[in-house]
Amino acid sequence: MNIHEYQGKEILKKYGVAVQRGIVADTPDAAVNAAKELQAETGTKWFVIKSQIHAGGRGKGSVKETGSKGVVLAKGIAEVPEKVKAILGGTLVTIQTGAEGKKVNKVLIAEDVYYPGENEPKEYYMSILLDRATGSPVIMASTEGGMNIEEVAENHPEKIIKEWIDPHLGLQPFQARKIAFAMGWEGNAFKEGVKFINSLYNAYLGLDASMFEINPLLRTSDNKILAVDAKVDLDDNALYRHKDLAELRDISEEDPLEVEAGKSGLNYVKLDGNVGCMVNGAGLAMATMDIIKLSGGEPANFLDVGGGANAETVEAGFRIILKDPNVKAILINIFGGIVRCDRVANGVVEAYKKIGDIRVPIIVRLQGTNAEEGAKIIEQSGLKVYSAIVLKDAAQKVKDVLK
Amino acid sequence: MSVLVNKNSRVIVQGFTGTEGTFHAGQMIEYGTNVVGGVTPGKGGSEHLGKPVFDTVKDAVTKTGADVTIIFVPPAFAADAIMEAADAGIKVIIAITEGIPVKDMMLAKKYIKSKNVTLVGPNCPGVITPGEAKVGIMPGFVFKKGTIGIVSKSGTLTYEAADQIVKAGLGITTAIGIGGDPIIGTPTKDAVEMLMNDPETEAIVMIGEIGGNYEPVAARWIKENGNKKPVVGFIAGQTAPAGRRMGHAGAIIGGAEDTAAAKMAIMRECGIHVVESPAEIGETMLKVLKKK
Repeated sequence: MNIHEYQGKEILKKYGVAVQRGIVADTPDAAVNAAKELQAETGTKWFVIKSQIHAGGRGKGSVKETGSKGVVLAKGIAEVPEKVKAILGGTLVTIQTGAEGKKVNKVLIAEDVYYPGENEPKEYYMSILLDRATGSPVIMASTEGGMNIEEVAENHPEKIIKEWIDPHLGLQPFQARKIAFAMGWEGNAFKEGVKFINSLYNAYLGLDASMFEINPLLRTSDNKILAVDAKVDLDDNALYRHKDLAELRDISEEDPLEVEAGKSGLNYVKLDGNVGCMVNGAGLAMATMDIIKLSGGEPANFLDVGGGANAETVEAGFRIILKDPNVKAILINIFGGIVRCDRVANGVVEAYKKIGDIRVPIIVRLQGTNAEEGAKIIEQSGLKVYSAIVLKDAAQKVKDVLK
Repeated sequence: MSVLVNKNSRVIVQGFTGTEGTFHAGQMIEYGTNVVGGVTPGKGGSEHLGKPVFDTVKDAVTKTGADVTIIFVPPAFAADAIMEAADAGIKVIIAITEGIPVKDMMLAKKYIKSKNVTLVGPNCPGVITPGEAKVGIMPGFVFKKGTIGIVSKSGTLTYEAADQIVKAGLGITTAIGIGGDPIIGTPTKDAVEMLMNDPETEAIVMIGEIGGNYEPVAARWIKENGNKKPVVGFIAGQTAPAGRRMGHAGAIIGGAEDTAAAKMAIMRECGIHVVESPAEIGETMLKVLKKK
């Protein structure tokens, strides 16, 4: 589960991770109050106004309606209302949102941490994530902060250091020191950096996080180390033991169809193609999408109905796929193991009749237990549904209906 | 021969008396699997499906000589169940449970490393040696005995592959569903290695997905070990959009090897017969074997 920057910073702070301070606001008035409060607390004179959406690239992205950048600087409280108005309620388009962009419902009013001082402020990169290959967490850090880390990995892999953590022993002091030295921190920055790394790792474990990405991590002009941004991704499977974190979910950031599918116990991801599909099992679902492509179509979605496909799940799946106006055909691919094909076939026919007005051709491929019976039910239903048993035939039928 | 499970396996079921455990244990017994009992803490001493129930895995091992376990315990307690089985001296642990927190699995995998045990899963369909033992949730009738080994990350795609192999007139030695979670006990390479060393297995079907680097690692291992048996491979997710499941930084660790196209290219370079369409697994295997 993804959460917003302001939420991520709040929960990191509870673990003693130093963060750029800020107050979230959802109206220009609230933003002014936030700025005043922040000034009283931190003494900051300038304010960074940051769009809160679940996507990166906000600083370079622009708001469609006003042309404002997604992250802007207000040099004084007087500038706050105008600048917030140009962002709030607007649609922010960044390299990660796609052309349609994302609506900005909240902004974070944050303190200015790039103030001048004895040193130039310097940006770093730090993340913690699971390394699947070793089954242990790995801390990645780089002196090349503030930029796209994938580019750094591509062009300067030597500038990314990795420290693997033994999950039983936890982060050792020497490991935190190793990273701090590699970042080139000295004096107070070194001390704060080591503490930052320790706190961040404790938060990673304590929150059951699947990924933290702090980019940029900043050494201020007066040698403090703090997180200017925080991308926090939590392990969905562990949310049952973090009820407070589960509440941080922002449904407005998710695709409405995906949310609706989730309520019916379906795993749905909307895509841009023209052939919808409904499949049992994630692997077979991806394979079915591949077949659609090889048959000359483009998959309109990923939809896994899970192990217990029955009439209700089939109907819910149908309804969700049909809400996508781009869908020109639907391929249902069920491998009946524990689920019997004749039952699924009955479910398809029932759902079809119940929904009524289905104008796109449907190809139903049922294989496994009682496959023949299932095919018979589909063929004798009198509906505009094509049946297949062998996967190859299903692919051919998709090709035929797309012609 | 076969790998992991056979007719001599003495199987217990952890989470025996729960809904899932009851249903699938019943199916396994019907298939002919030698289920010798089950474990549900607090229900020791009773009987379920005509088999004894034990409080601890240790009890079950001592009293029945069990060497294989299948786990249906709910996600919050499943990692603990895995460690208990390893501690009790079980040799093969097959964890079906879906949704175990990553942190729990991280600790459990590390724990069992020091024990002499093989973990398959979690979040997998299990392992089947047709005609001998089904230790999983797969539909047994799809799998017929033969000489092809199957390794797959996914459940229904394993059934699909098995079905095509059988329809092509071939059969299966052992099918291993390794599971789709970020942390699993037996990665692709380990499963492939078992089948390469199994004298009865003539060829292997290797099915992967986008994400991680298990398939490239397995492919390189196959090449380095002289491509002793033909392997037909498929990677699901050629059309999956990048970044929907992988985090931003995760892509760095996986390197550029975690897309379907990259995995397929590496597999081809390593001498694996890669199919573009999942509908061609069976016939490709038949062709490959004829050429041999």
